[in-house]
Amino acid sequence: MNPELGLDNYSQKGAKTVNITFIDRDGDTFKVAAKVGDTLLDVAKENDIDVEGACGGTLACSTCHLIFEKVDFDKIPETATDEELDLLEMAYGLTDTSRLVCQIDVTDEMEGIVLKIPTETRDARNL
Amino acid sequence: MFSIPIFQNVYITSSRFLVRYTRSLFSDNHYRVGIVGSGPAGFYTAQRLLKLNSNVRVDIIERLPTPFGLVRYGVAPDHPEVKNVITNFTNLLKDTRCRFYGNISVGTDISLSQLFTYYSAIVLAYGADSDRKLEIPGENAKGFLSARRFVGWYNGLPEDVSLDVDLSSQTAVIIGQGNVAIDVARILLTPTEQLEKTDICNHALLALRESKIQRVVLVGRRGPLQVAFTIKELRELLKLKQITTLLTKEDHDFLEPIISTLPRGRKRLIELLYKTSRQSLHTETSNKCLEISYLRSPTIINTNTEGKINSITFEVNKLQDHNSINTKAIGTGVYETIECGIAFRSIGYKSIPILESVPFDNIKHVIPNERGKVTHLDGTLYKGLYCSGWIKRGPVGVIASTMNDAYETAERVHEDLTADTLQSFNTDFKLSDLIPEGHRMVNYTDWSSLDTEEVSRGGESKPREKITSIQEMIRIMNNK
Ligand SMILES: Cc1cc2nc3c(=O)[nH]c(=O)nc-3n(C[C@H](O)[C@H](O)[C@H](O)COP(=O)(O)OP(=O)(O)OC[C@H]3O[C@@H](n4cnc5c(N)ncnc54)[C@H](O)[C@@H]3O)c2cc1C
Ligand SMILES: NC(=O)c1ccc[n+]([C@@H]2O[C@H](COP(=O)([O-])OP(=O)(O)OC[C@H]3O[C@@H](n4cnc5c(N)ncnc54)[C@H](OP(=O)(O)O)[C@@H]3O)[C@@H](O)[C@H]2O)c1
Ligand code: FES
Repeated sequence: MNPELGLDNYSQKGAKTVNITFIDRDGDTFKVAAKVGDTLLDVAKENDIDVEGACGGTLACSTCHLIFEKVDFDKIPETATDEELDLLEMAYGLTDTSRLVCQIDVTDEMEGIVLKIPTETRDARNL
Repeated sequence: MFSIPIFQNVYITSSRFLVRYTRSLFSDNHYRVGIVGSGPAGFYTAQRLLKLNSNVRVDIIERLPTPFGLVRYGVAPDHPEVKNVITNFTNLLKDTRCRFYGNISVGTDISLSQLFTYYSAIVLAYGADSDRKLEIPGENAKGFLSARRFVGWYNGLPEDVSLDVDLSSQTAVIIGQGNVAIDVARILLTPTEQLEKTDICNHALLALRESKIQRVVLVGRRGPLQVAFTIKELRELLKLKQITTLLTKEDHDFLEPIISTLPRGRKRLIELLYKTSRQSLHTETSNKCLEISYLRSPTIINTNTEGKINSITFEVNKLQDHNSINTKAIGTGVYETIECGIAFRSIGYKSIPILESVPFDNIKHVIPNERGKVTHLDGTLYKGLYCSGWIKRGPVGVIASTMNDAYETAERVHEDLTADTLQSFNTDFKLSDLIPEGHRMVNYTDWSSLDTEEVSRGGESKPREKITSIQEMIRIMNNK
């Protein structure tokens, strides 16, 4: 457990949470409490953030693609699997710090991270 | 749904809560957007518009009695996860601001000018209902099939279910190396015990069980660096049980030094092709096999005396620039033939014009537009008319790219609504007012009953058994 996390970092049901910021397509910023252990897609859905997640987190659509800040990207404990990388290549607006967030669980280390919904229309395959 | 007559607004003025409620639902002035086509482009345009503008109501008008476009009739049956997107689309259909009008073909059952009398804006999202032709002799031979129609056949698209699919020969050739070609190859090669658990149509399953096809050849006009399929689909094909993938080592030798210089979207794909081409193959097993062949352009579809395909003649190509992704193929004047009993043309879908008064680019086969707003051929903007998805960008891109594209169109419509350049309405209306009596329109409730029936016919093992006749669909809807 992270000793720096005070009581405030527990949601009403007692699950530990961290603060995460989403920036949506319109540039609007949403700061939300994310339960440790949930996937980042669950967090976005629970808070009504416009992350589509069309395939329901089954690694088949790439509509849960979000862009991380470089420092935050390095905090994600699990690097992307081959299957995630395969699908990520089909995502639009792909960057070096892109991930499919249905594959990422919230951890203690993610306090304060910022996630951006891609807005670029370029198709990664048309390079 | 909006079926409560608008005069209720006056009737219930005594309750403050209800006044506010009805105002938000039937605010005196609202915009109506008619969306033509219920594929991903139609749904994602609707989704984004409803989110951006609380004063908008959307009608989705679909040619078929069933919604979801290529998610139902294109996406392969063994990709059920991809079809999960239907859950999100269905939630939209349950929204009181969104209505579904199925079994109405715009351009045939209803005209654009009729639609404009009732809608502030029309979004054309009708996809690509045709495909590109090779324009070579023999293209109409028996046994030479459009991959698009074959996909429609195994997925139960009413107009394609009676396609004559003869799988009694050993070799099938697929022309084109995109993801549709991969889908066709995978359906031909996958053991039917695996397909039995999918929503593949029963008639296709029965035919595939009897299939004698042992060898599928995927032929591209350019080289391995220029393939159009994506890595996920290739990997899936390579993982198929009891199937051997044959890649000629020499075709891939030149790739080794350039792999590390390739852009991200190519590097891993080409690496996988290269590595696969190095593997020694188990030729002693009785496996079915997939061959990937390059630098061959079909020139003649050859037939037997009964007009049935028996081989294809190809011209051998070379590339203008071997190491470039965007290079062209040039014929060398050398020819060779591949014998086969069935072959597929999988060289891309194609959109067609459905409305005379709508500008159409006959070279790119798309509706000319500026960020989704239709433009006349002289570049001026067409008031109130928009396009979205494959009809706007051409028939390329997965659902994720279609979604992003649809969002752009919705944002363009919203801009015009905000600038107050489009007509608003203060009365409710039903599209049925425009449709001749006796024409069976399909609403969301009708579709739900058909959906339930299909799921029940699927029984224990299949997610659903699709109903493939429009008449039968209507009968089921009428009986519920
Ligand atoms: C074989 C195949 C497999 C695919 N598999 C995948 C996959 O696994 N994953 C993935 O992400 N993407 C896949 N795609 C891509 C995906 O299907 C497309 O990106 C997407 O469907 C395009 O959406 P659309 O709405 O523009 O067109 P469509 O999905 O074609 O929708 C157009 C709709 O308009 C209707 N329509 C046509 N004419 C009229 C008319 N006159 N009046 C009213 N309605 C009309 C059509 O009936 C149809 O319902 C696949 C594509 C194909 C062809
Ligand atoms: N699983 C999935 O995600 C999935 C499944 C199916 C489809 N889709 C998507 O749907 C879209 C359409 O797929 P598609 O396979 O129809 O189209 P595509 O990706 O554009 O591929 C078309 C193929 O046909 C070839 N071709 C074109 N004209 C030809 C000619 N005259 N002679 C010989 N070959 C020719 C092209 O080669 P050149 O490169 O030389 O032109 C290319 O290999 C794609 O974006 C695809 O990714 C996705
Ligand atoms: S939700 Fe589809 S890949 Fe993540």
